[in-house]
Amino acid sequence: MNITQVEPAVALAELQETKPDRVTIVVLSGNMDRVMAAFIIATGAAAMGMRVTMFFTFWGLNAIRRKGTPSAAKDWLRRMFGLLNRGGAASLPLSRFHFWGLGTRMMKRVMRTHRMPGVPELIETAQDLGVQFIACTTTMGLMGITKDTLIDGVDQLAGVTTYLAEAKQGSVNLFI
Amino acid sequence: MIQADVKLDTLGYFCPMPIIMTSKKIKELVPGQVLEVVSDDEGIKKDMPAWCQTTGHEMVGLEEEGSDAKRIYKAFVKKAKR
Repeated sequence: MNITQVEPAVALAELQETKPDRVTIVVLSGNMDRVMAAFIIATGAAAMGMRVTMFFTFWGLNAIRRKGTPSAAKDWLRRMFGLLNRGGAASLPLSRFHFWGLGTRMMKRVMRTHRMPGVPELIETAQDLGVQFIACTTTMGLMGITKDTLIDGVDQLAGVTTYLAEAKQGSVNLFI
Repeated sequence: MIQADVKLDTLGYFCPMPIIMTSKKIKELVPGQVLEVVSDDEGIKKDMPAWCQTTGHEMVGLEEEGSDAKRIYKAFVKKAKR
């Protein structure tokens, strides 16, 4: 007789392989500290074998925009807005103590000396771990952000129903 | 003293880096092998068992070294059989 023994731990691992837990995170904020928290949770969850989807909307889109890309909008109001609302993962301001860039720069220096990854490194790690990025089309239209001004690896451009369809299956849904 | 097959140095890294590095490193091991994760982040005491619980790998043990001022944690993770 041939008996194959399955340890409980193995069974759990197999179960997760077939039906992983889902995590969805809405990133609305474009503040460095909040975006960092979002990516730390996302990468942590992905490392635990969960399937993670991040939805970037409004200011959160700045985290996945290429640095220094202007708004594609034609009207002057949105172009002015585009001048003020600069994108780029490396140039997100702190929610407190930004001090016109000085505070944020000092925080980054402290992070570097403590070997803490910044937003650009966290994005890279997240993509490495297979975290899905979805950009909100409504905000993109509103702000004149085009697909080619977003970083590589943004998996989808979608709206609220895509988010809800994913979130419905998620065991962890966060709004940051 | 637990014997490890592979050692991973995460000294100086904060959460979530030690866990992310562990999740990448464990892929290089064959089932049954033990990975030793060296860290100075106290959070690993709770985080590594939690990670093991969700991923199915086995937490074999945790060792602490050094004084209160500079403590080093060694987490031993046995790769699950698949």
